[in-house]
Amino acid sequence: MWENIKEFASTFFVTGDPLIYGADVAIVLTSIAIVFVLTYFKKWTWLWREWITTVDHKKIGIMYLIASLLMLFRGGVDALLMRTQLALPNMKFLQADHYNAVFTTHGTIMILFMAMPLMFALFNLVVPLQLGARDVAYPFLNSLSFWLFLMGAMLFNLSFVIGGSPDAGWLSYPPLSELSHSPGVGQNFYIWGIQISGIGSLATGINFLVTILKMRAPGMKMMKMPLFSWSVLSSSIMIIFAFPILTVTLALLFLDRFLGAHFFTMDLGGNPMLYVNLIWMWGHPEVYIVVIPAFGIFSEVVATFSKKKIFGYKSMVFSMMLISIVSFFTWAHHFFTMGSSANVNVFFAISTMVIGIPTGVKVFNWLFTMFRGRITISQPMLWTLGFIPCFVVGGATGVMLAVAPADYQYHNSYFLIAHFHQVLIGGVVFGYLAGMYYWWPKVFGFKLDDRLGKWAFWMWNIGFYVCFMPQYALGFMGMTRRLYTYGSDTGWDLGWAPLNLVSTVGAFLMGIGFIFQVWQISYSIRKGERDLTGDPWGGRTLEWSIPSPAPMYNFAVEPHVTTDDAWWKVKEDRAKGIKPAPVKLEPIHMPKNSAIPFIMSVFWFIAGFGFVFDWMWMAIPGLVGVAGCMLARSFSYDTDYYIPVDEIERTEAALRGRTV
Amino acid sequence: MAHATTEHSHAHEAHESHESLKVLGFWIFIVTDILIFGTLFACYAVLHTHTNGGPGAKELFEMPGVIAETFILLTSSFTSGLAMLALHKGKVKQLIAWLAVTAVLGAAFIGLELHEFVVLVEEGHKISSNAFLSAFYTLVGTHGLHVMIGLVWMIALMIQLSRRGITEVTTRKVTNLSLYWHFLDVIWIFVFTVVYLMGVM
Ligand code: HEM
Ligand SMILES: [Cu+2]
Repeated sequence: MWENIKEFASTFFVTGDPLIYGADVAIVLTSIAIVFVLTYFKKWTWLWREWITTVDHKKIGIMYLIASLLMLFRGGVDALLMRTQLALPNMKFLQADHYNAVFTTHGTIMILFMAMPLMFALFNLVVPLQLGARDVAYPFLNSLSFWLFLMGAMLFNLSFVIGGSPDAGWLSYPPLSELSHSPGVGQNFYIWGIQISGIGSLATGINFLVTILKMRAPGMKMMKMPLFSWSVLSSSIMIIFAFPILTVTLALLFLDRFLGAHFFTMDLGGNPMLYVNLIWMWGHPEVYIVVIPAFGIFSEVVATFSKKKIFGYKSMVFSMMLISIVSFFTWAHHFFTMGSSANVNVFFAISTMVIGIPTGVKVFNWLFTMFRGRITISQPMLWTLGFIPCFVVGGATGVMLAVAPADYQYHNSYFLIAHFHQVLIGGVVFGYLAGMYYWWPKVFGFKLDDRLGKWAFWMWNIGFYVCFMPQYALGFMGMTRRLYTYGSDTGWDLGWAPLNLVSTVGAFLMGIGFIFQVWQISYSIRKGERDLTGDPWGGRTLEWSIPSPAPMYNFAVEPHVTTDDAWWKVKEDRAKGIKPAPVKLEPIHMPKNSAIPFIMSVFWFIAGFGFVFDWMWMAIPGLVGVAGCMLARSFSYDTDYYIPVDEIERTEAALRGRTV
Repeated sequence: MAHATTEHSHAHEAHESHESLKVLGFWIFIVTDILIFGTLFACYAVLHTHTNGGPGAKELFEMPGVIAETFILLTSSFTSGLAMLALHKGKVKQLIAWLAVTAVLGAAFIGLELHEFVVLVEEGHKISSNAFLSAFYTLVGTHGLHVMIGLVWMIALMIQLSRRGITEVTTRKVTNLSLYWHFLDVIWIFVFTVVYLMGVM
């Protein structure tokens, strides 16, 4: 008996590594601290009522923001571990298999559990406000999406201390990811972590598509809609078309591992290339799903801080929609070297290069907007300016990779690593950070400190170039990706070592940049400049027309829109002395909080955990619980209520009193 | 939304627009489901010849059972249409009765399909036998799973209808259900053609 328990524990808990013991201790201590603080300050009911059961899109957005910043930390630590290991030849910091696990979790976390939720955070915090709407189309579903994401992310992260991490790369190519090559549970954590959060992402795509199509304020025609909302529309459409493919692909991989099916195996008729095609049919659009909203953010920021209308609004809209279509026809550029015919490669090479054109159009539109504008270099603008050169270089190296014959040279080299980090960090991370700084006062009611922000910006930016520029050279010098160490011969004689060392220094500079941001946020919570106007930047769109932070119903009176840049127009009218017509308040229809999304996601977590360990006694009750929650929702009819007029009056008086 | 005068009609309107929003959302959900089936069909198309020397579609499929299944499912689509007619006429009893008939037909379909699977497995043709059978069980099984979910949903709605009658909310729910049921029918026609007819031809 005792022996059995010991044996079980030794396979169940990952042991034998100081990093993991450290993580264990950290997890236990943090959990105890959280429980203690909540109990001591009697915050359990507050947490439950205000956050866990909330259906308010603004609160859901804040929770996404916190979770994604935590995941940025985890993914960043992974990155630093890898760069430390590669700093010098023959380093003994990480073992080969450990290195595999680290690059896998780093890639997966950064894209699916950092970039996606950070993007959803901004969707939630901004889109309804920009549209002049009181809510998203399906508030209940929205909360469910968040909790599914969080449970998926927790499941994935748990693999570090329980059972073992996945180590077949962030896209899990078979046969590496099949039972034959990865018999442990790590791969199952990958499948279920992503599957559960992926369902949430798909639901978010549907939610925001309908929100944008149907919830706009009266008078806001599509072509009067702010560009960030357009970018969300484009991204949501891509989510709707790409994520079902991911769902199926992961499900088939699971069937291979769980029921011994033969979709992607090497024997009995399976076809691993089928997986590679499927995963990139999702994976390539995924890259555009995360980058297009960044384009939307830059458009808002550039217009606001140049005090000008965006240049080429229509061409911006058109190019975003074009990108969202063409991105579905480029997936094979990820495997030019895997033996497709020349014609196939030519098709995908050309379609890839075509995407460069609308992207170029956008960059010129931003530049023309700034041209002769009254530019203020605030923090959001700083990140936007940092983005432009970074993205231009990243785009250029991308076109180099799209030249199919040349790809035989760069394929899976450090040149590729440098390229995609340039686009992902320079485009996605810088973009979302610009968005975070831009909308932060709207969400929290205070600005983030400028001085600390500048430090963070320069650390990130200089660190970025120091880290990734040498990697282009390393790629040409023959260093391949996913290499965990190199000998003194390549290191010193071929000259890899100095470049790698420089690169590692750059990575740590970015780490320092992140620390500055944490400092900046905690400092500004106490001392940051309060936003009393609701419109700290002189904004142009509707979210700036209401107090910061917005009341739970957003708009006391539905705005009526006549032009684009609707709030700018109102301000111009006011300056001319045109008074807005007096309006009568009416009761506001709001959704009620619900515990079902949270409980249902917990059941998904239980089911996922059961499947990871092949424990049907756990997986089946989990699934039954999920079904039960759905039925419970179907049978609940009392799901909304009205905020009476006097309560709105009181809230507004309090907010405006503070505002004016 | 226009500005209604009395609170009651205002509430009514807000509700109605929410209901129509939910129908639109359901249509988009169907689109994503079509993509799921589309991907499974693509996999089947790639793998259906990969039998690794084992028997293929021609040797395995028994057409009479499949034709019966098809007939039953098509009929159930028709009866769910009759349920919609009853809904629009406001006749709850009739509506529930037609839903019940639809559910019985759906259950018969599932029964036949399970029977088919059991016979195949007993003969030794399992999901793990080769890539063709993996793709076959997964594609047809996913459709079957959808039908089963539809059955549970239908029963839940029959209970709600008997308690609450025909309201805005129940109308929307029945509308979505019938949309879903017709959609499964269309998918089945593709399964029938691509997997079975083209398989045995
Ligand atoms: C913050 C600074 C970052 C540093 C220093 C960094 C560093 C690295 C390193 C050293 C690797 C492994 C290269 C190899 O050995 O193959 C890697 C892989 C990767 N990184 Fe990053 N990274 C950073 C940020 C990001 C971000 C923001 C994203 C995405 C949004 C990202 C996505 C990826 C992906 C997808 C991989 C490939 C993983 C695989 O090979 O399976 N990284 N990164
Ligand atoms: Cu691509």
